[in-house]
Amino acid sequence: MLCSGTGCQASRSISFRDALQKEMERQGLLEEIKIIETGCNGFCAVGPVMLVQPEGIFYQKLTPEVVPHLVEEHFLKGRPVKKLLYVEPASKVTIPKMNQIPFFANQMFWVMRNKGVIDPEVIDEYIARDGYFGAAKALRDMTPEQIVEEVKISGLRGRGGAGFPTGLKWEFARKSAGDVKYVLCNADEGDPGAFMDRSVLESDPHSVLEGMIIAARAIDARQGYIYARTEYPLAVKRLGIAIRQAREYGLLGKNILGTGFDFDVDIYQGAGAFVCGEETALMRSIEGKRGMPRPRPPFPALKGLWEKPTILNNVETLANVSQIMLKGGRWYASVGTEGSKGTKVFALSGDVSNIGLVEIPMGTPLRKLIFDIGGGVPGKKKFKAVQLGGPSGGCVPEQHLDIPVDYEAIAKVGAIMGSGGAIVMDEDTCMVDMARFFMDFVQDESCGKCTPCREGTRRLLQILEKICEGRGEPADLETLEDLSAIIKEASLCGLGQTGPNPVLSTLRYFRDEYEAHIYAKRCPAKRCVALLKFEVDPEICTKCGLCSRACPVEAIAWKKKEVARIDREKCIKCMTCFEKCKFGAIF
Amino acid sequence: MIQESHPSHPDINPEMWKRIDAIVSAGSGVPGSVIAVLRECQEVAGYLPAELIDYIAVGLNLSRSEVFGVASFYALFSLQPKGRNLVKVCMGTACYVKGIKEVINRIENHYKMKQGGASPDRRFSLEAVRCLGACGLAPVTVVNTDTYGDVKADKIVQILDKYE
Repeated sequence: MLCSGTGCQASRSISFRDALQKEMERQGLLEEIKIIETGCNGFCAVGPVMLVQPEGIFYQKLTPEVVPHLVEEHFLKGRPVKKLLYVEPASKVTIPKMNQIPFFANQMFWVMRNKGVIDPEVIDEYIARDGYFGAAKALRDMTPEQIVEEVKISGLRGRGGAGFPTGLKWEFARKSAGDVKYVLCNADEGDPGAFMDRSVLESDPHSVLEGMIIAARAIDARQGYIYARTEYPLAVKRLGIAIRQAREYGLLGKNILGTGFDFDVDIYQGAGAFVCGEETALMRSIEGKRGMPRPRPPFPALKGLWEKPTILNNVETLANVSQIMLKGGRWYASVGTEGSKGTKVFALSGDVSNIGLVEIPMGTPLRKLIFDIGGGVPGKKKFKAVQLGGPSGGCVPEQHLDIPVDYEAIAKVGAIMGSGGAIVMDEDTCMVDMARFFMDFVQDESCGKCTPCREGTRRLLQILEKICEGRGEPADLETLEDLSAIIKEASLCGLGQTGPNPVLSTLRYFRDEYEAHIYAKRCPAKRCVALLKFEVDPEICTKCGLCSRACPVEAIAWKKKEVARIDREKCIKCMTCFEKCKFGAIF
Repeated sequence: MIQESHPSHPDINPEMWKRIDAIVSAGSGVPGSVIAVLRECQEVAGYLPAELIDYIAVGLNLSRSEVFGVASFYALFSLQPKGRNLVKVCMGTACYVKGIKEVINRIENHYKMKQGGASPDRRFSLEAVRCLGACGLAPVTVVNTDTYGDVKADKIVQILDKYE
């Protein structure tokens, strides 16, 4: 089971596969051992990865060079190759089996139940894992009312960010009049730092199609579209294969499973615009217009695509549906908190040891997600905050880490569940600079329809840039807050309504950092170049000379056993010495 | 609809026009086809010059402003010619001091292109980017996905000549 998700392909899984294939052929092992390419395994940090069944041995960081040794030892002599196994960073203990590695052991695979287990390009493998059984049950044994009821009981809520109850959305669309209705799947995952939908589409595309078939039956739609990012070519390719195979098997098209129900799905490729993740903008984009949102009501459940009743569900939401049909809403609702049921997939990244995809039950404390599964912050650095929900979300600092993963609990501390991007930041991150980064993104992606969003986000960015450059004034903080409130109030869609969140949440928890920038003209995390003095602290300097050798412009004078000195005339503030100094002696 | 004559454009040859006609007529009358048509036409021509946008608008029976509005809204569409290879030069401070300006001059003169534009033979596009964060390697040039560090003006042509 060799991972061929986007992450592992970038770390050369293809050349490893070719080498492995050749070596197996040479040793005559291909009869007994089958190489299967799976979708994203989730543990992208240690890619390329491979799982050997039935023993469940997990190999990591594979290269073509290790192939002969690996084949000889493992497949001929039956001895796992120790140096390619996972080593727990803290205890240095080698863990050969995948399900014993803490990263995997603490997870609960519902949405990602097939990841790394099946070949996503073969429909039979999906069916062998109970695939399309949920759709069969829904189409044959259930009425549309019962389908909606079951989803309502399950408590499933939209996984794209807003968390609207899926069952209710379906009920509205089912009840609205009209003979033409649409089911849309939102696969326009645009948050920087989120890649769970990509992984689901790459590793288990049929689960999304099955969810769409069930949704179509519930609201009586004949046509569905998957709105996919052009930036995800592998996901688009695998979806295309999945749709073709489903049609061949009579699972899409006319008279599905002999029930007389017709439904078909087409892929619609986006053209690169973050705002198209918003439902009305996405529908405009499918209609071939500029992807700009419109006021609601009317909600898409009444008037959506081409003015017809439409439901739009996120990839992860739809991937949950077949399990709910098969095992029942009550089973689904047995996991989670009062308001948030089931599981949630997170994309862990940033300053965390185990970067990758993680699926945990709702209600799991954030601390467990970051420290037990994520392995904590590497390099003895201190944890500062975790950013949830990307540019629409906010950061959660240390003191709130014990809150559970739950829509309401996360909203209460000023962040959002969002689509599940979780970016961990260590003590070296400047929160003002972070807010500036997100605002740069939001102002660039604002579609321009609402003036407060178009102009306001630009002004926010200008003020943040000013503060980072040391030209901040005391009144700026108030202006940031006022302006943010206006943008949130006066924008039509989620982009503007949530865009100022990164600013507000950093102001809420890290106001002292803003104040240090403004009053003391100092950046506590030493990230804002304009506020750095570029001097060496003689107390801390160990006289190692590393900075002097690294300086690209020879601005640092150093002799053996002497404290380094930076020539400010020559210095170009490139930060190289900062990164090289292991002791933080430069300020 | 198929138009009787094609506007003349130096970047689009008759064979390309034939493919464009096929794309436009397949999309004609199909609601919402404009984004797909623009994408496919861009794949044929490499970018979307104004003449091509006008041609598509007439072919799909849409107003020119509408098609231009869509083309300029999405990041995928380029209204400027693109080269086959994208050269990104880092304009961070470290690279600037270490001579990226001389590197840029050399590229511009040797391949006869300007920053933000492409060479006449469309072999390269040249883009100046903000700091790539690799100041220890300064000056830095990225060609497609390959990163080159310590690239002085006297070495750059030798490197770029490997790309066709």
